[in-house]
Amino acid sequence: MAAVTSVTTTATRPGWLRQMRTKTRRLKLPWIPVAIVSTLVICAIFAEVLTSVDPREINMLEARMSPAVISEFFGGADANYSWSHPLGTDVMGRDMLSRLIYGARTSVLISLVALSFGMVVGTTLGLIAGYRGKWVDALVMRFADAALGFPTILVAMIIVVLLGAGMLNIVLAVMLTVWARFARMIRGDVLAIRELDFVTQAKIAGVSAHMIIARHIFPNIVNTLLVITSLQIGQVILLEASLSFLGLGLPPGEAAWGIMVAEGRTVIVDVWWLSLLPGLAITIVVLAFNFFGDWMRDTMDPKLRRA
Amino acid sequence: MAKQAPVLEVQDLRTYFYTRTGVVKAVDGVSFSLMPGETLGIVGESGSGKSMTALSIMGLVPKPAGKTVGGKVLLDGEDLLQKSNSEMRQIRGRKICMILQDPMTSLNPVYTVGNQLIETLRMREDARGHGLKERAIDLLSKVKIASPETRIGNYPHQMSGGMRQRVVGAIAISGSPKVLIADEATTSLDATIQYQYLQLLRELQKDTGLSIIFITHDFGIVAKMCDRVAVMYAGKMVEFAPVRDLFNKPSHPYTEALMRSVPNVDEEVDKLYAIEGQPPALDKLPVGCPFAPRCPYVFDRCLHEYPTSVTVGENHHAHCWKLI
Amino acid sequence: MQRYILFRGIQALFTLWILSLAIFLSVHLTGDPAQYLLGSEAGRTEYEQLKKNLGLDRPLYIQYIDFMGDVVRADFGKSHILGRSAREVLMERFPATLQLASAAFLIALVVGIPLGIVSAVKRDTPIDMFAKFFAVLGIATPGFWIAIMLILLFGAILGWLPTFGRGGLDHFVLPSFVLGWAAMAGMVRLGRSSMLEVLDSEYVKFARVKGLSERLVIFKHALKNAIIPLLTFSGLTLAGLLNGSVAVEVVFAWPGIGRLMLQGIQTRDFPIVQATVLAAGLFYILTALLVDILYAYVNPKIRYE
Repeated sequence: MAAVTSVTTTATRPGWLRQMRTKTRRLKLPWIPVAIVSTLVICAIFAEVLTSVDPREINMLEARMSPAVISEFFGGADANYSWSHPLGTDVMGRDMLSRLIYGARTSVLISLVALSFGMVVGTTLGLIAGYRGKWVDALVMRFADAALGFPTILVAMIIVVLLGAGMLNIVLAVMLTVWARFARMIRGDVLAIRELDFVTQAKIAGVSAHMIIARHIFPNIVNTLLVITSLQIGQVILLEASLSFLGLGLPPGEAAWGIMVAEGRTVIVDVWWLSLLPGLAITIVVLAFNFFGDWMRDTMDPKLRRA
Repeated sequence: MAKQAPVLEVQDLRTYFYTRTGVVKAVDGVSFSLMPGETLGIVGESGSGKSMTALSIMGLVPKPAGKTVGGKVLLDGEDLLQKSNSEMRQIRGRKICMILQDPMTSLNPVYTVGNQLIETLRMREDARGHGLKERAIDLLSKVKIASPETRIGNYPHQMSGGMRQRVVGAIAISGSPKVLIADEATTSLDATIQYQYLQLLRELQKDTGLSIIFITHDFGIVAKMCDRVAVMYAGKMVEFAPVRDLFNKPSHPYTEALMRSVPNVDEEVDKLYAIEGQPPALDKLPVGCPFAPRCPYVFDRCLHEYPTSVTVGENHHAHCWKLI
Repeated sequence: MQRYILFRGIQALFTLWILSLAIFLSVHLTGDPAQYLLGSEAGRTEYEQLKKNLGLDRPLYIQYIDFMGDVVRADFGKSHILGRSAREVLMERFPATLQLASAAFLIALVVGIPLGIVSAVKRDTPIDMFAKFFAVLGIATPGFWIAIMLILLFGAILGWLPTFGRGGLDHFVLPSFVLGWAAMAGMVRLGRSSMLEVLDSEYVKFARVKGLSERLVIFKHALKNAIIPLLTFSGLTLAGLLNGSVAVEVVFAWPGIGRLMLQGIQTRDFPIVQATVLAAGLFYILTALLVDILYAYVNPKIRYE
């Protein structure tokens, strides 16, 4: 026996560096999505550093300039572009690159806030519903069903009627649907965990309900929580963009990708880059988050693969 | 009995899985034969290749990752591995059939058990339509299901686990196959129902002269049901013996360890015996004997060479260097 | 079965009631409709008069009973902007949305489900790759943006299809494709995963062991089970279609209730908002109920409870 063990260890003893490398390789991190998401986050945090141009600054003299990165190579003789606006300008002469970078900030900010609220509310309700069961569970789940099934746009519109358009309302509208997804999944997990022996043991020992939830159940749902969150980000960004596009969120002129697409809509034939670029940004970012979410789910919890 | 020709003969069967991490040798050179009316047990830990051996015989290795790459499966002298898909379909159910592990899920939840029985009968009966229902009811009563006339209209979820397993049995024998493979067929049933089910299988065997391959990890079932036993480890059959010999004189260290890990009521033991270590990953098999890393008797030769078959007694062989 | 349907029906009524309550509260509690209507310059007496005319000076519960009566009679009052009864406008616009949503739903079902199923059966083949790519893209691209890009391509550049308003069949092509794409993508994804799961089940394995033909295994044993989760999903898909239809109607100038709803909000036209939100909600809830009943019919576990 001893001989065997020594054989195997000498044969495959990696240095810690190699161990790290094999570990990351085994994780099979999706590099492209990770790079895209990092870029987005960097844009959101360091917008002022990355561009010195004010995204709201109107300059009618420099309006409708086409993206230099394209026109330099493909533009005809009459192409109007300048390298001071690498991605061109909009109908008001605002710099597209700067607007896109600040738009990233808007997206990240709104999605993050809405998602966090949704997560906290949904997780809390899911925990309570799953642990308490009976009528509490039935009530929470009925509301979750209604929220999940109900068209978000209707919810957003009711909120806009209620409070008027604005950033807070987008957050609210998104939150009102997102919480239900968290509540549903968490409740399902809790129902299973609740039956496990260590919970019964704690109950027998007379531990209070909220202590059981906090100490014994919550640590076991963290994985699920991370997975749902990463799967939801893309959808939330998309939702935010749709609401902004419809003018239900930030006031027009603000740097948000949805608003930018909307601004380009009426002039799509002449000023095509106005809608194209922000829409592309949304698609790429949502794709990246979706792939990242899929990867998270596959690595952290293969059981969730079907959900 | 020895003079008789075997109904099923498996020679050097190899089924490999091609995965990203390497080739997994799930079945690695398995050979055995099965006589008419005989019951052969295949035992081993989970992941030792028992189920994959069965699926290879049925020609139902999960595609595209898995593939039977070598060997012969001779059923009445015909090699099943050479058959086309449609030819195999004619053989499955009629000449050789299988009962899967889980009675809860072996029946399709959206069709009645009658529907699922009749569809099997329809495939093989020339008499189309008429009399099928009567035959189905007949089969249900054969597996001792009470009031089969009403049960035939039931959906699987309306039946108990034991009853579902009987229905599965009825479907499996409906084509009067020569060979029946039962893959952990009673594992998920509780003890009394398990006993009744085994009893039923033996009666059916007595009536029809069916040969059974019993795949299990339960030595109690082996003792009750089987004539001969094959022990599998890491895709290979490491010991082969008539059931009495195996219990009296386990020769391979792995068999010995398996026997010791079965709790015995008669003996007073302070501690349950468990085999040290884990079965090897099948894509990274050691060069020599795959059991060597866990074997208490390991010596130098075991690490370099796979042991040849050693005859220990009449019809009793084991692959171990220690026995030479 | 009857109990199940009854239960679902009561649940649908409950959801509808919650919705109507939300609308009532949003109009009567937080905002002040009279204030909205008059604007901030209006004088005190003028304001009181309007409040009285609208019945806003009465206790809230009386107003609520009144409101519920109106809802039941589908009487939402007169649109301030259009000067016509909101119900009339709604009935005029509703068919347009219904047609568009049906076309999109049909595309999603007819293309999405078979593609998902085939993709699972022919796993890891080029057709599977295509289906996966298609689905991934459909879920990640914003519909309103795709709509604009298609208008640019097929309308402005190629000039093949009309991009504006309602008309002949050709008017349907772009809007229904855009609206149906995301739903279709969802169907492909779910259809694929549920079929894969079913194909891996013991009963499909057992059907093969029995010697059934591949055709019977797939079409009889696998398909019906794989469709069950898709049915539930198609209910959710309808919600998605209603979501998307607002943006699609706006971009393609489609005269449906989605656009009407948005206009109502922009112009603070409460009768229109009430009418459209309730109609959309009712439409959604009824379809969801229908799907639930269908689901029960396919799934014997529920049917025989």
